[in-house]
Amino acid sequence: MPSDPQSSPAIIQVRDLTLGFGGRPLLKDLCFDIAPGEIFVILGGSGCGKSTLLKHLIGLYEPMAGSVTIGGEVFTGTEGQARRDILRRFGVMYQMGALFGSMTLLDNVRLPLEEFTDLPDEAMDLVARLKLQLVGLAGFERHLPAEISGGMQKRTAIARAMALDPDILFLDEPSAGLDPITSAELDQLILRLSRILGITFVVVTHELPSIFTIADRVIMLDKETQGILAEGDPAQLRDHSEHPWVRRFFNREATEAS
Amino acid sequence: MINGLPRRFRVLMDKKTSVNQDSAQLDVASGPNGECMLVLSGRLDAYTVGPLWSHARDLLIRYSGQPVQVDLAAVAYCDGAGVALLLDLLRQPRDPAAPVALANVPPKVAQLLEPFDAQALAAPPPDRSPPGLRQRLGEGVHDLGRDLYNHVVFVGEATAALFHGLIHPSRVRWKDALRIAQEAGVNALPIVALIAFLMGVILAFQSAVAMKQFGAEIFVANLVALSLFRELGPLMTAILLAGRSASAFAAEIGTMKVNEELNALTTMGLDPVRFLVVTRVMAAVIVAPLLTIFADLVGLMGGALVMMTFDVPLVAFMNQVSQAVSPSDFLGGLFKAAVFGLVIAGVGCLRGLETRTGASAVGVSTTRAVVSAIILIVVLDGLFAVIFFHLGI
Repeated sequence: MPSDPQSSPAIIQVRDLTLGFGGRPLLKDLCFDIAPGEIFVILGGSGCGKSTLLKHLIGLYEPMAGSVTIGGEVFTGTEGQARRDILRRFGVMYQMGALFGSMTLLDNVRLPLEEFTDLPDEAMDLVARLKLQLVGLAGFERHLPAEISGGMQKRTAIARAMALDPDILFLDEPSAGLDPITSAELDQLILRLSRILGITFVVVTHELPSIFTIADRVIMLDKETQGILAEGDPAQLRDHSEHPWVRRFFNREATEAS
Repeated sequence: MINGLPRRFRVLMDKKTSVNQDSAQLDVASGPNGECMLVLSGRLDAYTVGPLWSHARDLLIRYSGQPVQVDLAAVAYCDGAGVALLLDLLRQPRDPAAPVALANVPPKVAQLLEPFDAQALAAPPPDRSPPGLRQRLGEGVHDLGRDLYNHVVFVGEATAALFHGLIHPSRVRWKDALRIAQEAGVNALPIVALIAFLMGVILAFQSAVAMKQFGAEIFVANLVALSLFRELGPLMTAILLAGRSASAFAAEIGTMKVNEELNALTTMGLDPVRFLVVTRVMAAVIVAPLLTIFADLVGLMGGALVMMTFDVPLVAFMNQVSQAVSPSDFLGGLFKAAVFGLVIAGVGCLRGLETRTGASAVGVSTTRAVVSAIILIVVLDGLFAVIFFHLGI
């Protein structure tokens, strides 16, 4: 039962984060906060580093400079048990679901429970069933990932990411490749989970309908300046942003050249 | 306090599993009307409810004859695991006169419970019964027939594509073939050299020790050269090629299939067999004899080195080798190597094309490619031995 999102200190703090590959920075000196319970969306053109930023936030890559703090604990550079404790505070849904193909959906969701808790066997089954039911997959517990659709795989991935009831869920392109109905259902699921469980969502997406439906706040990354071009409420940015590129992005307008 | 039951069951977080220092607690009390009350308090999450779970169930069994209330007034935090515990208590089969009910449910917990129906959860998830013996037998026969058909089709397509490539060499993707030849051939030189050298050393040493007793050390050169040129050179090279390249071909093509790259080729009007198989087969057919020549020479060097320690000069060794080995021995070995190369590449590509979906399918294809290739190499080697004998080679 989480506290009021806006009144709490930031659950994620990014300070002076510079990231890139091979000594060449892709994004420089990023600073932003994410409040508990917030649905925070990372936007930007193709190749601007959205997914790379997400991978830095979840600790898969080490930044060139700066730090990421999660729940008041510095995550960047932290090792050992302290790092494992922070890792348990969040779940990640990867772009392609990344489900384990040899396991049933139930076993995929059970895996974190088996590894990190001492719940009885039957209790783990029940928790996993509830998670699958929450994402609308009751009755598919014994299916293998290859036997269900892409949308269902993504929903299973969300269920697995939620297995330990983390404070934060990171979603990489949750709507990519889904039909509009499934995409809208996924948006409703995110809103429901945010409302009921108070989970903080950090989402990378391009889908404008999704952004306007779910986002409390967005940041838009810029390839040219290697920084944050705009930050705020998506509807405000669409209608009132000073940057023509931001307005074009939200209004799906082609560039003048094309 | 009811019937001497433990008054309080408290779970303190242990450091191994904790992410915070809160605890969950289960107390037993009497309600205002004498009913049993299970009082849950503290933090109900995946790390704290485990030890409470079986105790709470035991209490329900003990009080199976009377109504039980689960009081949640003192629950400070509850997440999915806590909800699962509550639903598990509610779904237990009970006498209708002795139900389990929740009391003083905090609004947030009520919200969390809302999507779920405890009675629906009483039934286990629908099981997918494994197929029966008849079905499995039928599927096995069907799969066998389909595999045989696919193999015949593959051999036909690959043969046609190879002939087409020979008639129209400009249509062959030589750049790809050379890249594959480099990976399968040039990069295999160190391992081939090591194995061939050791083979020459071992052959020469083992036989020289025995033959020295008869003063026939010089004939070790005949033994080493004939063994290497006719049998061991092509055979060991082919087995190494199967381990390195058949697996690589199967994994590469299998991953392409999983990633739908083969579908992309087909829809672009490109034949995957011409595009992928012909280049690999041609590369392997060229590389296998070259690697065999290399293995033969390095193996001879190993043998010569050992013989020098038995006081057989290098000149005498080489002279004996040149007398013992005829061109047909050498060329027969190379012909075998070329056929082995054809089979290794063909089997590797076939197993790659047969890959089904999922990451484990690529592993299965790779294993099948290596095993099939080695079995075929050994069987073909036996056939060559019989054929060469009858041909007098």
